[in-house]
Amino acid sequence: MNNSLRTILCSMVWLLAALGGVQAHPHVWVTMKSELVYAADGTVAGVRHAWAFDDMFSAFATQGIETKQKGVFTREDLAPLAQVNVESLKDFDYFTNARANGKKAEFNPPADYWLEYKDEVLILHFTLPFKTPVKAQSLDLEVYDPTYFVDFTMAEKDPVALVNAPKQCKLTVARPEDLASKPGAPINEQFFNSLDASSTFGAQFANRISVKCP
Amino acid sequence: MRWFPRGNTREVVRLAALVAGLLLAAAAVDAVLAQANPFGGPRPPAAPPPMGGIVGWLLAKQAEFYREMSGLIRAAKTDGSAVVGLLGVSFAYGIFHAAGPGHGKAVISSYLIANQETWRRGIVLSFASAMLQALVAVAIVGVAAALLGATRQSLCNTDRIIEIASYGLIAAVGARLLWTKGRGFLGTLRGLRGEPAPAPLGAAVVERHDHHDHHDHHHHGHPHHHRHDEACDHDHGPDPASLAGPGGWRRGLAAVFAVGVRPCSGAILVLVFALAQGLFWAGAAATFVMGVGTAITVAVIATLAVGARGIAARIAGSRSGYGTLAMRGIEVGAAALILAFGLLLLAGYLISERLVGLC
Repeated sequence: MNNSLRTILCSMVWLLAALGGVQAHPHVWVTMKSELVYAADGTVAGVRHAWAFDDMFSAFATQGIETKQKGVFTREDLAPLAQVNVESLKDFDYFTNARANGKKAEFNPPADYWLEYKDEVLILHFTLPFKTPVKAQSLDLEVYDPTYFVDFTMAEKDPVALVNAPKQCKLTVARPEDLASKPGAPINEQFFNSLDASSTFGAQFANRISVKCP
Repeated sequence: MRWFPRGNTREVVRLAALVAGLLLAAAAVDAVLAQANPFGGPRPPAAPPPMGGIVGWLLAKQAEFYREMSGLIRAAKTDGSAVVGLLGVSFAYGIFHAAGPGHGKAVISSYLIANQETWRRGIVLSFASAMLQALVAVAIVGVAAALLGATRQSLCNTDRIIEIASYGLIAAVGARLLWTKGRGFLGTLRGLRGEPAPAPLGAAVVERHDHHDHHDHHHHGHPHHHRHDEACDHDHGPDPASLAGPGGWRRGLAAVFAVGVRPCSGAILVLVFALAQGLFWAGAAATFVMGVGTAITVAVIATLAVGARGIAARIAGSRSGYGTLAMRGIEVGAAALILAFGLLLLAGYLISERLVGLC
């Protein structure tokens, strides 16, 4: 085979291989707001998420759902869908990883959850209770989809709040783009050290929440 | 008796590796993606792929276009001129989106390689399947959702049935090709070994006859099993008669149908959203324009595949005997790939793009 031919062929293979990398891409966009809920004794009880879906997904998910008033979906109308959502999310660990004092913290399935329809989008509300509520000097949360099927973006204003947290607790929030622009940031390193090899792809889109209670 | 001159064996392997590489790349683009539904059902664990610069850019662009569509549909409710913008964005989305999985790039490319088709037929097949895809999407949403008020769940079930039919068809197309091409390969092999070739050997036709309509027709009169004059300088310009002649258009129909019957998830979403906004027609227009964009990408990839095969054939053509064998081998490989593809998709080992995450 002569060289120029080989060059042409190789570049074609390369091009296709490059295109072959196009695999995961978001199909659903979520704008998230989260609250960390603390108990009276200063232990962290759980995470309360409010995830607003993009308008296309919202339209698809609500397609054909019967309502009393056209275009107005009540919490009751959406209850079956909310149940499907929350039950499915279990397989994905609710896209929420938590570490309390450096150790992985598990969640129980959400007890209270509902869907709200507001400004033509669906908002999924649910609370993830920690299996064992702990007094965490350091609590780290990351929210992302490892396969990047769902794009999670923190709300622009007040994406994370502490509820009933001890006064000395300090909250830090990092968006994926913050981490990209500050690769040396300590939170970044800490989180990346805690990741498995398999989770690094979506992890570059992770939203990170950190609470320090000295 | 040695039927492979040693020095040439390497070249045969190289050729085969090249075409296999192209097909595998297309396959990777098409179906390795295993994403499914976080909000409505389990999905198999997927090892996420690394993401490169170009790929990242493609993804970002695609996402950008997709996100713009809903805003433009909304705007079109009050301002008709927004539809122009919507169509532009849909076209761009189609081009970028088809670079991702689905849309039958691998199946169409393999089909073209296995069947010794021309690049022009590749383009025709790409456009036909993309337009069918758009049509199916519009029909499903138009009938099921708009007229019958189908829920997400019934849309998903419909999609699932169509999906199974599509995969089954892909497997059937592959099986049929494998049968024909396998016989051609064995015939060439026997010929090289000096054994008598089994009588009518349509599949071992030389390149010169590529553009006529007789790969699969072994029964007609004129002799075309001249396996030993592959050194002929064949012309790759399409013969219009083979495109429009009897069976010409129909020949690729099974492949077009297998690939095109499954609607694209992006189109379904745009249509359902447009319907919810009371602008179904805008969604339908966007879907067809999106299909044109998709077809262009698929056609480019199909043309690359045909080009690679053409180069391989030219190289093989300058050798005797084993060159033909290599080409027959490549065709068998391509046919086997289509079959494997269909079966793996059916069995759920591969998940091609469908209404993932939504069903």
